[in-house]
Amino acid sequence: MNVHEYQAKEMLGLFGVPVPAGGLAETPEEAKSVAEKLDAATFVVKAQIHAGGRGKGGGIKVCQSAEEVARAADEILGMHLVTHQTGPEGKLVRKVYVEAATDIARELYLAVVLDRGAERLAVMASPDGGMDIEEVAEATPERIFSTRIDPGQPLWDFQARQLLFGCGLDAGQVRQGTGLMQGLVKLAQDKDATLVEINPLAVTGEGQLVALDAKINFDDSALRRNPDVAALKDPTETDPLELTATDLGLNYIRLDGNVGTMVNGAGLAMATMDVVNMAGAKPANFLDVGGGADEEMITKGFEIILDDPNVEAILINIFGGILRCDVLAAGVVGAAQKIDLQVPLVVRLEGTNVEEGKRILNESDIDFEVAGSMSEAASKVAAVVGGVS
Amino acid sequence: MSILVNKDSRVVVQGLTGKEGMFHAEQMIAYGTKVVAGVTPGKAGQEVLGVPIFNTVAEAVAQTGADVSLVFVPAAFAADAACEASDAGVKLVVVITEHIPALDMVKAKAYLNARGTLMVGPNCPGVITPGECKLGIMPAYIHQRGSVGVVSRSGTLTYEVVHQISEAGLGQSTCIGIGGDPIIGLNFVQLLEMFRDDEGTEAVCLIGEIGGDVEEKAAAVVAASYPKPVFGFVAGLTAPPGKRMGHAGAIISGSKGRAQDKLAAMEAAGITVVRALGEFGATVAAQLK
Repeated sequence: MNVHEYQAKEMLGLFGVPVPAGGLAETPEEAKSVAEKLDAATFVVKAQIHAGGRGKGGGIKVCQSAEEVARAADEILGMHLVTHQTGPEGKLVRKVYVEAATDIARELYLAVVLDRGAERLAVMASPDGGMDIEEVAEATPERIFSTRIDPGQPLWDFQARQLLFGCGLDAGQVRQGTGLMQGLVKLAQDKDATLVEINPLAVTGEGQLVALDAKINFDDSALRRNPDVAALKDPTETDPLELTATDLGLNYIRLDGNVGTMVNGAGLAMATMDVVNMAGAKPANFLDVGGGADEEMITKGFEIILDDPNVEAILINIFGGILRCDVLAAGVVGAAQKIDLQVPLVVRLEGTNVEEGKRILNESDIDFEVAGSMSEAASKVAAVVGGVS
Repeated sequence: MSILVNKDSRVVVQGLTGKEGMFHAEQMIAYGTKVVAGVTPGKAGQEVLGVPIFNTVAEAVAQTGADVSLVFVPAAFAADAACEASDAGVKLVVVITEHIPALDMVKAKAYLNARGTLMVGPNCPGVITPGECKLGIMPAYIHQRGSVGVVSRSGTLTYEVVHQISEAGLGQSTCIGIGGDPIIGLNFVQLLEMFRDDEGTEAVCLIGEIGGDVEEKAAAVVAASYPKPVFGFVAGLTAPPGKRMGHAGAIISGSKGRAQDKLAAMEAAGITVVRALGEFGATVAAQLK
């Protein structure tokens, strides 16, 4: 789960990581009032959306007065901010964060990340902050320093020192940075974060370290034991259909095609999208109904697919394992009875209780085409929507 | 011949008395798997499906000689269950449970590694040696005894591939779904090595997907020297960008996780890459027959 910058900074503050003074605003008036309360001559107004690259898209503005802050907030609030991570339609900005500007002497990069290969948390630091870390990794990999944290161990001081001296900080800054890094690691460990990224970490004119931007990814599987983190979820950041799906335990991603797909398992769902594409049609969505789907979830999944007006046909591809074909079939029949199914349906069933599943479908009065294999399913559905099969 | 499990494997099911645990244990028993014990804390003394239930894995192992564990317990308790099985001395723990917090698995994996316990999963369909031992939730009927090893990151995609291989007239030595979580047990590389040393395996199928870098690592093993034909598939070739892992995760692993890169690495290693999933079984059969 992603959170906004202002939420991430609040969380950093709880773990002793210095962040600039600031406040959240949903109107230009609120933004002005936040600025007036800050003890600063220069301010930064930052759009709060879940995407990077906000500055380039015009979502971050530097202001010299509270009045100017109000004007900047007026421009930013309500805009559809387009960045390299939002897609061409952009994201509606509903909130801005107003901060006291920082006197920046230099910028570093700092991150704690779950390292899948090493099977533990890793800490990374680079003297080249403020830029795209992927570019640094590509062009000058020797300028990224990293260390790993053994399970059950803290980040030891020496590990932080290695990274921070490597970044060229002086002894006083290294002392500050050690505490700061340990705060980041503790945040990751205590709150089940799989990424805590500070880019940039500023060294101020007075030699103080401050986190100017922050990005945190929390482990969705651990939200139940971190209710404070779960409460940070911003429902307006997610497509409403995706949100409904998530509440039901379904994994739905809306796409721009016209073939609705319902599949069990993420890998098979992706492979199904691939074969639909190869057959010359375009999937309207990715929908993984998972292993534990029951009749109600499948009915809802069906409704979510059909809520998308672009859907002209539906392909159901189920290989029953933990999700049994009879459960799926009952869900499809239940959904078709509730909603007036207007689009053609292609069904491919295989796996646990497949005969029972086929019997339930055949004995129902819903109209559908049966496919014996994935390739056949894809070409049948492509033919229906007029693709090349 | 096979890897990991065979007709002599003695299985303890942790969470046997739960709904899913019972459903799948029943199917495993029907398949001929030696399910010798179940563990549910507080339910010792009961018998379910004719299998004795114990409070702890240690008791189950002491009483029944179980040497493999299958974990069906809920996510919040699954990492603990895997560690319990390791402590009790089983050689292999297969974790079916999904949605286990990643940092729980970081700790559990370290615990298992320190004791030399092998793990498959979590969030996986399990392991099957056709005709001998079904240890998991995969539909039994699609499998056939044979000599093709199958390793996959995705559950249902494994079934799809296995089904096609069987339809093409071939069978499988052992099939493993390694699971899709960030922290998992046995990976492509270790399983490739096990299949290399298994006399009953003639060829290996690697079923990957976008994200991470295990396909690239597997390709490196095959490129270095591998005595058996290897077939590869990667799901997500047409997946829209923007769903990949965060930048830092990609950098630390040294891979962008793209399907194109994985397929290119596989091809360069001499792996026979199948792009259209529907043709997988036929491609394997054409080369092996």
